[in-house]
Amino acid sequence: MSDHISHIVKNVTTLNYKMRTHALNMALRAGSKGAHLGGALSAMEIIAALYGGVMKHDPANPTWEKRDRFILSKGHAVLAYYSALAESGYFNIDELNHFEEDGGFLGGHPVLDLSKGIEYSSGSLGMGLSYGAGIALSSHIKKTPYKVYVMLGDGECNEGQIWEAAMFAAHNKLNNLIAIIDRNHLQYDGTTEQVVSLENFQNKWSSFGWHVAEIDGHNVEEIVQQLLVADRPSDKPYVVIANTIKGKGVSFMEHQRDWHHNRLTDVQYQTAMEETKMKYDPEK
Amino acid sequence: MFQITPMNARIWSKLGSRGTFAYTINELAKNDSNLLLITADLGVLSGLTRFADNFPKQFINTGIAEQDLISISAGLASEGHTVFATTYATFISMRSYEQIRLNLAYMNRNVKIIGSGSGLVMGLSGNSHYGLEDLSLMRSIPNMIVLSPADSVETVKCIEAAYRVQGPVYIRLTGGLNSSIVYESDYNFEVGKAVQLRYGNDVTIFATGTMVKEALSAAQILEEQGISIAVINIHSIKPLDTKIIKEACETTTTKLIVSIEEHSIVGGLGSAIAEYKSTLANSPRQLFIGIPDHFGKVGEYSYLLHKYGLTSQMIAQSIYNELGE
Repeated sequence: MSDHISHIVKNVTTLNYKMRTHALNMALRAGSKGAHLGGALSAMEIIAALYGGVMKHDPANPTWEKRDRFILSKGHAVLAYYSALAESGYFNIDELNHFEEDGGFLGGHPVLDLSKGIEYSSGSLGMGLSYGAGIALSSHIKKTPYKVYVMLGDGECNEGQIWEAAMFAAHNKLNNLIAIIDRNHLQYDGTTEQVVSLENFQNKWSSFGWHVAEIDGHNVEEIVQQLLVADRPSDKPYVVIANTIKGKGVSFMEHQRDWHHNRLTDVQYQTAMEETKMKYDPEK
Repeated sequence: MFQITPMNARIWSKLGSRGTFAYTINELAKNDSNLLLITADLGVLSGLTRFADNFPKQFINTGIAEQDLISISAGLASEGHTVFATTYATFISMRSYEQIRLNLAYMNRNVKIIGSGSGLVMGLSGNSHYGLEDLSLMRSIPNMIVLSPADSVETVKCIEAAYRVQGPVYIRLTGGLNSSIVYESDYNFEVGKAVQLRYGNDVTIFATGTMVKEALSAAQILEEQGISIAVINIHSIKPLDTKIIKEACETTTTKLIVSIEEHSIVGGLGSAIAEYKSTLANSPRQLFIGIPDHFGKVGEYSYLLHKYGLTSQMIAQSIYNELGE
């Protein structure tokens, strides 16, 4: 591993811990309204990696033409997303205290606000990959170099529009479009294989003309290597199937469908924070 | 940029609204490499082959994927392109409705949606291909501008206006080839401002799309029977020119307001007028002329127009009957 990569891995590891702490704080403050914890904890390392060194971006200049774009298609992962934006400096960390407040800008799903680093309004699943394909295509038309990272949920891939976008991106050789799938195997009504089976998932994507990689979505080094170092063809879009665990990092949330969206009690919060510190604090 | 002359009016009317769109977009692209045209496998049928040949880098095809069409358009527009997205009105307004709401309107993206073959012109293709709900659907979305040109000249005007305005616009194209001519010379076109084409005291007709010409002819027929009819072209369904509706309703001699549209009577022009009219203290009653709330049998365009009373003769008769009651 080069010094550059090991430096990024170190940054991401630190950022990931901070983000996890923010996510739990926000969920606690949301109180009886509850929050989407499971899918935020499964996506945490990936979003930390993107904001902690993988993406070219400048919080002081959020409209910078050559910035890499991040489209959170699975919009319910806001606990991870808002935490990453705040830690990156797009807005003050104290703003996270206003998560899901009436009339605030940190709603249950992201709402476009480039000044705060939010590129896309999401909430309804299945549209982000097409939107990202449009942005990626514009980069080819204008010859402005940047990458577009689109984060999808695995359950989200039930949506037909995902596969419309998959065909379009491959046909147009959108090599700057990178889909990252949070493959946590759980959706509202059960496991992805119980609801509508996704397997053989890798082959589905490769048969649609994408270059496919499969990684451990909680292994920071693997994520960074795969997104920054790994060789890939120059004429294909790229999909990273990140195997993850819904609710990862908090023992009573892991693999639990109930934690897709749930209320965090004070006692649960204490346990979750202790476990998070033990597992993720780089200074421990 | 576009010369509105009797000659051009005739040429464009031969092309119909769809062909006129193809012509207009080709002209606009000559001076704007930032303009993109995107379709869902309806390039050839929409007469866009010339555009695709002239500007291959500005022409995009998503295949038969209308949801993808709209979301990709929104992504392109987010990077500063002016995007015109087109396919049949029924598909673009319904298959991709949520994409229009969330990806275009909610984020106020600069995409112009051109819904072609709207109304009943798809004839024997049947109800799957009729555009009878597009006005209703499009005008209920915040940020949307909704335009409905009366003829080919006004199609040019609408496309030019949409091109100049920032944000999402829906343009509803009705009628077939060799369409009727309403405008032969230049006139002042403004989004949100209706055009009074005829003055009269007894009845005011508000018409849109192909029904503007029919309304003018119906007014002529009724005039011969001593009934004085005003005809107003509502090319802008949203924003709606409420001022002109108020004036018509407050004219003491007006006995009847008539709305005419090649669209369902649920939610379209008639409904838009009625919503506003209901806020006025005193206003005349309204006759709704349009497609009733049902799925009818299929048939040729002219058969369907007759069946639904959308010809000048039948419109005149409906108004005459209504006044006689």
